[in-house]
Amino acid sequence: MEKRLNGKRLSKASRSGFINYGIVIAAFVILQLLMALGLLSNSLQSLLVPTCCYIVMAVSLNLTVGILGELSLGHAGFMSLGAFSGIVASFLLADAIPFAPLRLALSMIVGAVFGALGGVVVGVPVLRLQGDYLAIVTLAFGQIIKNIIMVLYVGVDEKGFHIAASSERFNLAEDGVAIIKGPMGAVGVAKLASFTAGFVLILITLAVVQNLVNSRSGRAIMALRDNRIAAESVGINTTKYKLMAFVTSAALAGAAGALFGLNYSSTVASKFDFNASILVLVFVVLGGLGSIRGSIIAAALLYVLPELLRQFGDIADYRMLVYAIVLILVMLVTNNDSLKALLGRIIPKRKGAASHG
Amino acid sequence: MKKKNLAALLMAGALCFGLLAGCSNGNNPGGNSGGAVTIKVGGIGPITGDLAQYGTATEWGAEIAVEEINAKNGPIKLDYRFEDDTGVADTAVSAYNSLKDWAKDAPLVIYGCTTTAPCVAVASETFADRYFQLTPSASSPDVTANKDNAFQMCFTDPGQGVAAAEYLKNAGLGTKIGVIYNNGDAYSTGIANAFIAKAKEVGLEVVATQTYPDDKTTDYTVQLNACKDAGADLVFLPIYYTPASLILAQAKQMSYAPIFFGGDGMDGMLDMEGFDKSLAEGLLLMTPFNASGTDERTKSFVEKYQEAHGILPNQFAADGYDCMYAIYEACCKIDGIADMDSQKLCDALIAMFTGGDFSVDGLTGTSMKWLESGEISKAPVVVKVEGGVYVTQ
Repeated sequence: MEKRLNGKRLSKASRSGFINYGIVIAAFVILQLLMALGLLSNSLQSLLVPTCCYIVMAVSLNLTVGILGELSLGHAGFMSLGAFSGIVASFLLADAIPFAPLRLALSMIVGAVFGALGGVVVGVPVLRLQGDYLAIVTLAFGQIIKNIIMVLYVGVDEKGFHIAASSERFNLAEDGVAIIKGPMGAVGVAKLASFTAGFVLILITLAVVQNLVNSRSGRAIMALRDNRIAAESVGINTTKYKLMAFVTSAALAGAAGALFGLNYSSTVASKFDFNASILVLVFVVLGGLGSIRGSIIAAALLYVLPELLRQFGDIADYRMLVYAIVLILVMLVTNNDSLKALLGRIIPKRKGAASHG
Repeated sequence: MKKKNLAALLMAGALCFGLLAGCSNGNNPGGNSGGAVTIKVGGIGPITGDLAQYGTATEWGAEIAVEEINAKNGPIKLDYRFEDDTGVADTAVSAYNSLKDWAKDAPLVIYGCTTTAPCVAVASETFADRYFQLTPSASSPDVTANKDNAFQMCFTDPGQGVAAAEYLKNAGLGTKIGVIYNNGDAYSTGIANAFIAKAKEVGLEVVATQTYPDDKTTDYTVQLNACKDAGADLVFLPIYYTPASLILAQAKQMSYAPIFFGGDGMDGMLDMEGFDKSLAEGLLLMTPFNASGTDERTKSFVEKYQEAHGILPNQFAADGYDCMYAIYEACCKIDGIADMDSQKLCDALIAMFTGGDFSVDGLTGTSMKWLESGEISKAPVVVKVEGGVYVTQ
């Protein structure tokens, strides 16, 4: 009896996971078809890659906020680490690997490694803290990363690799190439990112996060979220599992950052500020804490929305205002009991979900 | 309680639809009007966010020029639209793509972006897609580097830093110089680095170099004290006017009165709301545009701008105005423009701008010409604030 129940529960979880893959693959196929038929406008085409990046950001942040239950306000910091390390890696590999997709993949791996390193550096001391304290430290981390990269000068000349924390100490030879120039950021980046790469990254992210959540470790992580003391009492190693979720989340954000950085010819550190972190957190909260599918849909819709509003003539002047109102509306709708009950009546299956809150 | 929630929901919904309903078919279609060729000009700049005051200035300045040009009934008409980039590179690329959608097959020229980082990102896109791009105020050399299609109406940052050092040397101002700049900003860092390097070269003594991380900083007493302690009798501020106004006020509070010297980002300070103009007395700045200028064109521009928007135009607006005239005058001289698409127009405009015999008279300079690199060549002008107005030095 117990075995059957267990089997049923697992299959439900993996079914939900497969639906997520299905949605992503279907969206990819439809968008590719639309592009092939020339029905997708330029502005929507230019949004494909960043939207993929933000979907990965939202899903990975959901791992920290929704699954692990720790509030992180510095997720853009990991994205920034990934973006700049990925840009430097792609630049250094330009001669060794002329094949762009491979170079992009390697750059994204480098971005993920740097994101993960950042995750370890922050996570080891900080995950001993709880609740608000963690939020404050991650917030500070995001600012520190931004300010470090703002004064960072990285370049290559025939003598090799140069890295300095100010322009005076940056002794690049005349014929050298500066990759990152402090506040000017990385300029003249070869654009390698493609929609297909973004699509693959989303699938990898889904595979990593969903398998982690449905594993023994994932259950331990969720047990920590639900009741830390009870989880510790049955012998779950708090630091280990917290770090596992946090570093995975940071690595995925790093990979997304690398893809994002390689999609534009110039990237500045100030782009990845506190607001960027909050933006991703908004996607996660509006999509539903712990809901992977919600994060995907919320990130896709809310990232594209302000750009879509450009097309509505006079309303374009108020597009940021409309965007804010839409955010408020979504918040109200998803938290409104009577609307939930209404939805529950229309879709009988949701009744259970609604009563669970 | 539930009813209240529902009411809140309805209110928010109504607000949203109210805005939607306010949207009319404001897009005036292009097309030929009386035999004139219509060129679409797509502007990009921040009209929301922290940098909105600079973006709106470039938007409005260009708007006035477009109205004047279209009222002329000349051979070329401009169809102008301005998109918001919030001062961020990725949004700017989206804005550029939506302009491409707007223009469809009509010839399109890109005007912008207002700020440097978005402009670099957009310029590499326009370079690949072959659209002509003229920026009013994105001043980093990265904007035009390796791109034949990108041109600037403003000085480059290093150019301005070098000009500032040379001016100080020639005018014999400042024996000990302090520099305060925003090391989180490409514009400010670009000028400061070039200034410090040139100052060393010409033998000016820089005694203090102070930085702050972003323009939201409100307390500059540390930086000012460092300059004061180092005995600086001239402080160079290659920064925008919002932080500069705070620096002037805080210097006065600590009764530190060196000569303050700024770049073109300082223009606009006198017209800030609630700014005490006496603070800026004696301030030197390099700006290509003087709103209290007495020539006919400046007067009429300032009048129209004030009438439409209630404030004095600054150099961002004037640069925008000049950009439109540069595009218009170049287009007027191109043969067979009626049959050109954006790509052919781009090549024709590049040939015109770099041809050597093309020059434009505008508000920010006379006989302005462009170099092959896309940089502008015009003379820098230093003004001094005296009695609340600029006096050319």
